[in-house]
Amino acid sequence: MDADKLETIRAIHDSFDKKQTSVVEVTRYFLDSIKKNGGKSGLNAFLTVCENRVLAKAEAADQILSAEGKVPRDRLPLFGIPLGIKDNLTMDGVRTTCGSKMLDNYVAPYTATCVQRLESAGALCLGKLNMDEFAMGGSNENSAYGPVQHPTQPERVPGGSSGGSAAAVRAGLCVAALGTDTGGSIRLPASYCGIVGLKPTYGRVSRYGLVAFASSLDQVGPMARTVEDAAILLDVMSGHDPRDSTSATVSKGAYREALGKAPETQAEWSGIRIGVPKEYFVGGLSAEVQKSIQSSLRWFESKGARVIPISLPHTEYAVAVYYLIAVSEASSNLARFDGIRYGVRPAEAENADDLAAFYRKVRGHFGPEVKRRIILGTFALSSGYSEAYYRRACQVRRLIKQDFVTAFEKVDFIAGPVSPTTAFKIGERISDPLQMYLNDIFTIPANLAGLPAISIPSGTEAPDSLPIGFHLIAPPFQEERLLSLAHAFEKRGAAR
Amino acid sequence: MNMTSIQNDFEAVIGLEVHAQLATDSKIFCGCRARLLGGHGGESVADVAVNLNTCPVCSGHPGALPVLNRKAVEFAIMAGLATHCRINPRSVFARKSYFYPDLPKGYQISQYDQPICEAGWLEISTSATPKKIRIDRIHMEEDAGKNIHLSGFSVVNLNRAGVPLIEIVSAPDMRTAEEAGAYLRALHGVVTYLGICDGNMQEGNFRCDANVSVMPKGAKEFGTRAEIKNVNSFRFIEKAIEFEIRRQIEVLRAGGRVVQETRGYDSARNVTVSLRTKEEAQDYRYFPDPDLIPLRIEDSWVVSIQSMIPELPAQKFARFISEFGLSQYDADVLIASKTVAEFYEECVGILRVAYPDPFDLRAASKAAANWTTGELMRLLNEEGRELSASKIRSEHIADLVRLTQSRVVSSTGAKQALGVAWKTGESIETIVEREGLRQVSDTGALEVSIDKIIAGFPAQVAEYKAGKEKIIGFLVGQVMKQSGGKANPSLVQELLKKKLS
Repeated sequence: MDADKLETIRAIHDSFDKKQTSVVEVTRYFLDSIKKNGGKSGLNAFLTVCENRVLAKAEAADQILSAEGKVPRDRLPLFGIPLGIKDNLTMDGVRTTCGSKMLDNYVAPYTATCVQRLESAGALCLGKLNMDEFAMGGSNENSAYGPVQHPTQPERVPGGSSGGSAAAVRAGLCVAALGTDTGGSIRLPASYCGIVGLKPTYGRVSRYGLVAFASSLDQVGPMARTVEDAAILLDVMSGHDPRDSTSATVSKGAYREALGKAPETQAEWSGIRIGVPKEYFVGGLSAEVQKSIQSSLRWFESKGARVIPISLPHTEYAVAVYYLIAVSEASSNLARFDGIRYGVRPAEAENADDLAAFYRKVRGHFGPEVKRRIILGTFALSSGYSEAYYRRACQVRRLIKQDFVTAFEKVDFIAGPVSPTTAFKIGERISDPLQMYLNDIFTIPANLAGLPAISIPSGTEAPDSLPIGFHLIAPPFQEERLLSLAHAFEKRGAAR
Repeated sequence: MNMTSIQNDFEAVIGLEVHAQLATDSKIFCGCRARLLGGHGGESVADVAVNLNTCPVCSGHPGALPVLNRKAVEFAIMAGLATHCRINPRSVFARKSYFYPDLPKGYQISQYDQPICEAGWLEISTSATPKKIRIDRIHMEEDAGKNIHLSGFSVVNLNRAGVPLIEIVSAPDMRTAEEAGAYLRALHGVVTYLGICDGNMQEGNFRCDANVSVMPKGAKEFGTRAEIKNVNSFRFIEKAIEFEIRRQIEVLRAGGRVVQETRGYDSARNVTVSLRTKEEAQDYRYFPDPDLIPLRIEDSWVVSIQSMIPELPAQKFARFISEFGLSQYDADVLIASKTVAEFYEECVGILRVAYPDPFDLRAASKAAANWTTGELMRLLNEEGRELSASKIRSEHIADLVRLTQSRVVSSTGAKQALGVAWKTGESIETIVEREGLRQVSDTGALEVSIDKIIAGFPAQVAEYKAGKEKIIGFLVGQVMKQSGGKANPSLVQELLKKKLS
């Protein structure tokens, strides 16, 4: 089988149409790749593979294909497309661990809305992808099932928390994947692994079935090799969900269609204003990353876009605000893991003397980073402190949001780096959580403000060709424009 | 020194927190049933096989999200309007965190600093003049499940988890256990008349916690309060408060200090016992639930809900007195239960046809009230039965009124007929005919027996003729006796007077 014919949705659909391959063949190809390279002995990207489930669906798809003669693209835009699902999204009857020992044996009784929409559009879910425990981390080193390896540099991290998703997409273990982004967890690993990662507007994709880390920040999004594939996935999974009160009622866009509206003429380009916040170019940003971002900005200028220096004055508080709000919500969201109804209940808990001892023994099975955040969040919400920490953070969050509102009066997009550096080495920063937290400085503001943001590969860093991501942020619900601009940027190499 | 004089030196301050389970079909944040068979006397959801009435949302599965039940909001607004509260155009659901096996998410979704209703009142009337008890707030929340302890292990039943509740918090405006009881009854009347709560205290769908403190009479500052949790009857709440007031006064008289704590009521011993002190009190770490957007309530919605509010106990009480001329006592007994009040109004409806004249109707309505609050209540209380579970229908009472007013049946005979109807459910007319309870009003037959009595009691007849008119009662009695109680006494008297004149 010709692997590069399996890289994108369009390419796979073409080979189906031309009868060059069957859905089962494609599915088996990906299952074999996962067996070779996806498990413990390889990238450690897949935690669960749903072989029987996905093959049954593939066989059914082949029957449709032989009956209809070609891919029913309009009805099933993801027909026969093998995808990976981050392991914090539920699938009925499938183990969902969230990268935690706590849920080692947890089989979800229902399917997340976003996954159900993908499957209804013909997608084939190959299995569940490794992640930092409960999505808490930026390197995937916090998984209870071991770190995920970087797809091209095995001694490095793939980024996190959707590290399994990014590594699997880049390594060709699936065509595209779902990730979730609370403070950069889609964009950061997309940037480190050299793929496209989109965090949609908060509320654009239903959170029903997404195991919550920080409910007011979490958002599901696509991770793919191309902007077009990301757009197709968003087309399928976005839109209001009556099961999620925070899902937006704003009507969804036509994202793939929007790619055809990418700016082309000088006149079209000259109407585009890209803001570059001075706060995103400060100490800690590596020279190579900065160079790549500057060169990308020059490309936009060369096309005729206006690149405008702007200021987001409250950026310096973003990390502190994020780590107060996220840990506060997490401390509450993770309270349900008490060993009573589901999840792991260790033998020593069965013999606990009282309820408090029972909880200690069960909840002792969270990993160190999760424990740290639960403790911080419990403190930030506790009586006597919540005014100074949680409530204060909520107030500053509004100021950060306002920074963006003001900025978007003058510009159409905001651009900058995704991460201060490229992928670092496994173990290099694990002992310094603060340094790790600061790594999220450029991605966090979009979560706090609920804005759509994308990471697109923009270059590599020598000597290991480590990918660098270019970060574009748009006003709420402007995914169509965001994707079309990203699409134009993506095509720049071909045009040059 | 006796208790009364001790209590005279002190004054109690009482506030009540009432949890009322809203009688919606589904739970507050998911589609599971909140009650079965439409409520009222029906099987409760707790009776369904353990944990079968659950879903990923109410059993707290990871990733599941709450969606607010509109009907529950409507019911909460009704409660607010009926208690003269302000309905807040924006309210917020908050998480109240604590660990307990019956709490599936590790937090309860409740409302904290921005509840749905605030600043209302409810009027109560005890022996003294009517008094307004202020209501601080009404907030919405979800119920927890239930732990069932078996030998050696426990089971958690989540069938009830997520059932909608409102918590109605009064100001500390009550001063006696009697006032607290009156407030609780008034509130119970409001929610049951609204039809938003089944109001069954034993089943726990109307539960009460009481905050009680005492202070020297006339003091400005309240004493330290104790909270008495989950008392499950009107009678016990009054007794628990009475005990608690006495206990706190004794503590203060002995030079001690009342400790802020949570206490439980032991009805068998009629005492309250300490459950936990303030030092052990939990920090609930309230914060707005990020899974639920703020609840916005449009004025137009409130207006349309206002139009759905039925006549409430206080209004019915006033109308029963003005329209039917009932005594306060009768009106009070009748309105105490919505079922009884509706039963009574059905009686009046039937009587309205029989008595087109308003004056006659008023008299008949009063008589119907007497029958309902008297004989019928006595029978119900004797057998501890609910009116809805008895065989007596409004037609029975209306017939009793009609037949006694028209003197077809004596009041003794009518009581006898009601007694039979209580057992068999047959119509009063059927019973009267079969049991021969019809009064004798045949003047020919009566005159024969009157003549006999006049002949048999010459001395009394002479006394009457000499001007001692009261003696006629004796003679009427003798005729009645001879008729076996079936004679119409006023007709007998009329005929006697005619013969002796």
